[in-house]
Amino acid sequence: MSPSVRLQEMIRVIRGARTQGEERGVIQRECAAIRAQFRQADNGTRSHNLAKLLYVHMLGYPAHFGQMECVRLIASPRYNEKRVGYLGAMMLLDEKQDASLLITNSIKNDLSHSSQYVQSLALCTLACMGSAEMCRDLAPEIDRLLRASNSYIKKKAALCAVHMVRKVPELGELFTPAARSLLSEKNHGVLHGAVVLITELCERNPDTLEQFRKAVPELVLMMKGLVMSGYSPEHNVAGISDPFLQVRILRLLRILGRNNDTASDAMNDLLAQVATNTDSSKTAGSAVLYETVLTVMDIKSESGLRVLAVNILGRFLLNNDRNIRYISMTSLQKIVQTDHNAVQRHRGTIVDCLKDQDASVKRRALELSLALVSAVNIRSLMKELLLFLSSCPPELRAHTTSGIFNAAERYAPSQRWHIDTILHVLTTAGGDVRDETVPNLIQLITTATELHCYTVHKLYRALITDISVQSLVQVACWCIGEYGDLLLRGECEETEPVQVTEDDVLDALETVLQSHMSSPATRGFALTATMKLSTRITHNVDRIRSIVSIYGSCIDVELQQRAVEYNALFKKYDHMRAAVLERMPVIDKSSPGHTNGESAGGTIKELEPAKLTQEIVLPQEPSNQVSEENDCSKLWYFMTDIFLFVSIAPPSVTVYEKNGVTLKLQTDRQTDTGMTVTLTATNSTDGDITGLTLQAAVPKSVQLQMKAPSGDVIPAHGLGQVTQTVLLNNPNKVGLHSDTVQIDSFPSTAW
Amino acid sequence: MMHFLLLLSRQGKLRLQKWFTPVTEREKKKVIREMTLMVLACPPRSCNFLLWRDLKIVYKRYASLYFCCGLGDQDNELLTLEVLQRYVELLDQYFGNVCELDIIFNFEKAYFILDEFLVGGEILETSKTVVGIAMEEAETLQETMEEYMSKPTY
Repeated sequence: MSPSVRLQEMIRVIRGARTQGEERGVIQRECAAIRAQFRQADNGTRSHNLAKLLYVHMLGYPAHFGQMECVRLIASPRYNEKRVGYLGAMMLLDEKQDASLLITNSIKNDLSHSSQYVQSLALCTLACMGSAEMCRDLAPEIDRLLRASNSYIKKKAALCAVHMVRKVPELGELFTPAARSLLSEKNHGVLHGAVVLITELCERNPDTLEQFRKAVPELVLMMKGLVMSGYSPEHNVAGISDPFLQVRILRLLRILGRNNDTASDAMNDLLAQVATNTDSSKTAGSAVLYETVLTVMDIKSESGLRVLAVNILGRFLLNNDRNIRYISMTSLQKIVQTDHNAVQRHRGTIVDCLKDQDASVKRRALELSLALVSAVNIRSLMKELLLFLSSCPPELRAHTTSGIFNAAERYAPSQRWHIDTILHVLTTAGGDVRDETVPNLIQLITTATELHCYTVHKLYRALITDISVQSLVQVACWCIGEYGDLLLRGECEETEPVQVTEDDVLDALETVLQSHMSSPATRGFALTATMKLSTRITHNVDRIRSIVSIYGSCIDVELQQRAVEYNALFKKYDHMRAAVLERMPVIDKSSPGHTNGESAGGTIKELEPAKLTQEIVLPQEPSNQVSEENDCSKLWYFMTDIFLFVSIAPPSVTVYEKNGVTLKLQTDRQTDTGMTVTLTATNSTDGDITGLTLQAAVPKSVQLQMKAPSGDVIPAHGLGQVTQTVLLNNPNKVGLHSDTVQIDSFPSTAW
Repeated sequence: MMHFLLLLSRQGKLRLQKWFTPVTEREKKKVIREMTLMVLACPPRSCNFLLWRDLKIVYKRYASLYFCCGLGDQDNELLTLEVLQRYVELLDQYFGNVCELDIIFNFEKAYFILDEFLVGGEILETSKTVVGIAMEEAETLQETMEEYMSKPTY
């Protein structure tokens, strides 16, 4: 029985196995037999056994015990054994295996073999898996073969040289002279190899590039010959003569003509000729035209030629073939910056491609559409993009939303349009937007002061419809908390006003608070919004009080802390509540507190800067320390975890006002990271306050230095005051903790 | 340059693998798995070009086989479609009306043909006839050897 039938028999048996287990059994038996055969002496079946092993390897089973057999077979004098041995080497050995070094000597010998087929085996294997060491070793051999051999070997030697240059770039110098002379060959295979080799050499070495620029006329002639030649049956593909060689020559011309006027001039006519004469009804022609367009756009071509190239791309864009449309958009993407107007002309077709069924085409159309947005077309293009967003594949959604936001930010024709667009995106794809969208939107809303009523109405309507999209719910809660009074007023210029009661609004916020769909951050927003409403509504303050006290025992630590603090605001510091929960000023976009929100993911801490409410944490003071008497009082003033808010106009704020004692805080800016805070204490009671001490604590990243107070007695009847200066040094302006923001919220002049 | 060429059956079985860069066995398995998932999931008549990691993937379906290759970013995708077409024509020229079974039972021949057409990730020979002649002559050389080997020694 002829040995090769045994191979096919084995394949048949393996394919006949009905289960994975059965297959494994068969393969284990066969591998055992193969291993036994390998151990035996030469019996003429070695090549077939190795072939069987290679089949098993392709199925995914381990075959490393065949590596040494490959080495042995390669060294065999028989051609069929060498052939399989080299195949095995390419499949089982790579440069990382130690066994691969063992074949270096065999390869060396085979490179000078009398039979060209043996030589070609060695060349092919070397070009496939030759390591850097092997390449260095055998480079002179390859150089010799490049010069003096027949075309069958020359073309293989050329590609082997390409591999060597990739592995060991210094070898480029060795091959340059031979490469140059190969250009005068007639054989297409050799020419192709030569062009590939020269491309590789030029890409790696600018001096070689200079040298080969002189070859441009020769290459131009070669290309002309291919384009203008008649039908050549050997190389014809769909009417194009050797498109493979044509494309490689064009690619080489691109590299040679880049940034060089002379070379670019020399190829101008040729490129125009190729662009006009190539028939693009089949893929082969389109491939050549594609490469031509890429070359034209990359070299210093004259404007007429560029126009021709862009027109070709425009024609491609209208082609029925999806591949051609894809290619066209890829190329247009490359030139959209430099030839913006030319690409704009095709905007309509590109936008149509957004509606294509194919995901690759959609992706390209999206990229290109985003690049084409300008102040002129923003409205119409945004309509298309929003339409696309509602039906786009999930993997493209995040990219689309961020692209839309960028475009809206740069070219928004009006604030109302901008807000509407962002809200539309949040409603459609709020789950795929980036985390900094929420603070960005809030900042935008605060700046659009005339639109507060409109915005809060829209967001309220969105909130009662659907509370599953976290980003939208967060913004809605914030708005309702901030502008709830506008909502309750029941009148609005820009849109149909809602007729809601205070209970309705509180119901909406409570739904968010209690829903298991809400993330912890969202619930934080809702709680703060509920709290803020306590100063904006009139009747249901008790309801708010009860909500806040319930959450004082919430499991979520953040919510609990907030609830406790708000509780304190209700109980002990009720006189401060209105001031604390007052309307926020316009947030300055460039403030570090704003960028703080953009730095990392959307946890509560990072989102807090956008809120900037005044929350002073005053711990439970032991009652024996705060006395009703006037002659001794200590104020503990903790600055941890506050967002200190000061309105722009008066630079000082009253932070404590009780029992006739008033404590004011005034800020002065000093350095980039430090500031001076002056605490002023006045006394409007009848008696002097003695023994006054002020203490302050700040978080670790901020350094505090308290100067000596001017005195410790505050005269009665507001006749005098005690001042104390505190120096704060805050070197880390952007930090994870909200404390940093507290410094920021001082008057913008202060920082 | 081409980074790899894979032939996958419609059931996701590998029929041929050619790697033009050094890749570990583990990585190879991973790439094959991912290519299988990507390419087999594409609906018919969709675009033949995909993006994967930093490579351009060009695939084409011929009967029950998917030909899938990974390209570097300078390579011409349309030309690669022609390369795949050419390889199929070469297989057809050698086997005569080639089908998947031919490639299964004569996989080593498929590799030999490939090695006469592509080397080191680049096209070696652009003429169909030259590749055909080279294969024939190599076969002759091999047969001569085999005949010699199987002749009785008397």
